[in-house]
Amino acid sequence: MLEVDSLSVKIGERKIVDNVSFVLKEHDILIVMGPNGAGKTTLFKAIMGIIPHEGKALLDKSDIKTFSTRELAKKIGVLTQKHQPRFAHSVYDVVSLGRYAYQKGLFASLDKNDKKKIDDALKLTGIYDIKNQSVLTLSGGELQRTFLAQLFAQEPKILILDEPTNHLDLQYQIAIFDIIREWVKQDNRAVMAAVHDINTAYSYGNRAILMNEGKVHVQGSVEQVLDREHLKAVYKVDVVDWMQSLLRYWDLQ
Amino acid sequence: MIKPALINKNSGKHGATALTGVIGALLFFTTFFFAISVGSVGFSFSDTLRVLSNYLLGVGDTSDIPENLITIIINVRLPRVILAALVGAALSLSGAAMQGLLKNPLADGSTLGITSGGALGAVISIATGFNLPFFPNSGLILMSILFSFLSLLLILTLTYKIDYNLSNQTIILTGVIFSMLASSITSLIVSLSGNNLKQVVFWTMGSFSGRGWSHVALMMPFFLITATPLLCLSRELDAFSLGEEQAKYIGVSTKRVKLIILILVSVLIGVSVAVSGTIGFVGLVIPHITRFITGPNHKKLLPFSVLFGASFLMATDLLSRTVLSPAELPIGVVTSLIGALLFIYIFYSKTRAKG
Repeated sequence: MLEVDSLSVKIGERKIVDNVSFVLKEHDILIVMGPNGAGKTTLFKAIMGIIPHEGKALLDKSDIKTFSTRELAKKIGVLTQKHQPRFAHSVYDVVSLGRYAYQKGLFASLDKNDKKKIDDALKLTGIYDIKNQSVLTLSGGELQRTFLAQLFAQEPKILILDEPTNHLDLQYQIAIFDIIREWVKQDNRAVMAAVHDINTAYSYGNRAILMNEGKVHVQGSVEQVLDREHLKAVYKVDVVDWMQSLLRYWDLQ
Repeated sequence: MIKPALINKNSGKHGATALTGVIGALLFFTTFFFAISVGSVGFSFSDTLRVLSNYLLGVGDTSDIPENLITIIINVRLPRVILAALVGAALSLSGAAMQGLLKNPLADGSTLGITSGGALGAVISIATGFNLPFFPNSGLILMSILFSFLSLLLILTLTYKIDYNLSNQTIILTGVIFSMLASSITSLIVSLSGNNLKQVVFWTMGSFSGRGWSHVALMMPFFLITATPLLCLSRELDAFSLGEEQAKYIGVSTKRVKLIILILVSVLIGVSVAVSGTIGFVGLVIPHITRFITGPNHKKLLPFSVLFGASFLMATDLLSRTVLSPAELPIGVVTSLIGALLFIYIFYSKTRAKG
């Protein structure tokens, strides 16, 4: 569905993203991993055409640059890492903006279908009960779920998630990835997610890219990519050793 | 179970909006009548109403009211009050739009220095005598709009360069510095061109003194052709107020929409400056108060800012010409006094909230 071909982003003399190529196929949950500053967020921005870049990103075989912003929003939805609202919009208002790409005309208001999609998204992410609350009063997790709901209301075919569960409590981390795993099963859908937690990556991803200093260190199936040697090379610690020692705690329970 | 609750909630919301609308309209018309009736020559409300209905609708008999008093209402008060309403509406609308666009509750024509830039343009056009043939005052208006737009571009470019997130501190600091620079050049040009100090005060503090129908005729078309499209961009402004990147992801053509909004805002501010000088802080105060009442949704925020802004400036103009009567206070003194206090309050509470 999405094909990225030798994408590079240069800021000054430094290459933030260096010659990255990969293919995102139908039903994929592609995990992007790598230490801070590996270029994950910049890669996503480059794909979406937010920042200047070299190389190409093809969506359904046509260059992403040829899509209008509105058309692109119907195909790809992005959940960014940080949200800092400054105004007291209600949760419902923020989620309803997900329908922007489908509204036509100057005085377009939400029709029945739009409202149903918004309600579904609010329920799916468990924030229906706080839909009239101001976003300024939300916890980090509630805010993240509000924007996730906006993303679902937007009904894209591809989700690009930049650390989607960063601020979330454990039960919502699990809930969100369960939702995403179900979501991606339908035809013509795929997910690409930057994830910090290796266990999440293992349990939900089917393919993975390990990035380091802007380059693809290795890519392939999750099992191939997240192996001891690769993780050691990128993170500079024996991640597997560490994980095993951490998880041994539970054996004693 | 769910349905009645839903209907109740929706109708409740509509009721609230309708009520705000009624109160807003009442406020507007009361202020309007007050502003026309009260002044160095006072009129009773019924006289004002009779003269206005006779003039506007051609009904009623006003033969018992002296001709010169009718002239005061029709040719002095009425255009002045209408102009104040238009400028108030334009400044608040542009302030509300900029705050949404830049996701910054402190953005406004005066805090960003756009009004001072516009005034500089206006003064340059007067000093050089620049004008288009057959269009009186066109040079003044065009230069004022052009300089407003250029100031806006310059300030935003500078701020982006310094701080990509357009944080409060950076944007306000840049605006203040630019504003001081522009007003000092303005004062210099006015002084060098042999004009009196009154002119300097006009361009730096604003006034509606001596404004008549010709100014209304100048302002009205510009206001209508820019305010209408701006009111239609409320969804886009909602999106921008969540952040520009987010707006793009949900499908807003951010670059194009931003340019359109910046142009519309510049025209609104530029024309306001050309007819009434720089009147500070209206675009900061009114949207802020309006947001308290309507919430930040631009579909309600923008029209109510227009309504409240118009009422506010009619009222402050009334104050500025009656407080020290027969002398007139520059209207910017009144608005800046109210605005500066509110500015400190917003800035303080925001900074404190951040921790």
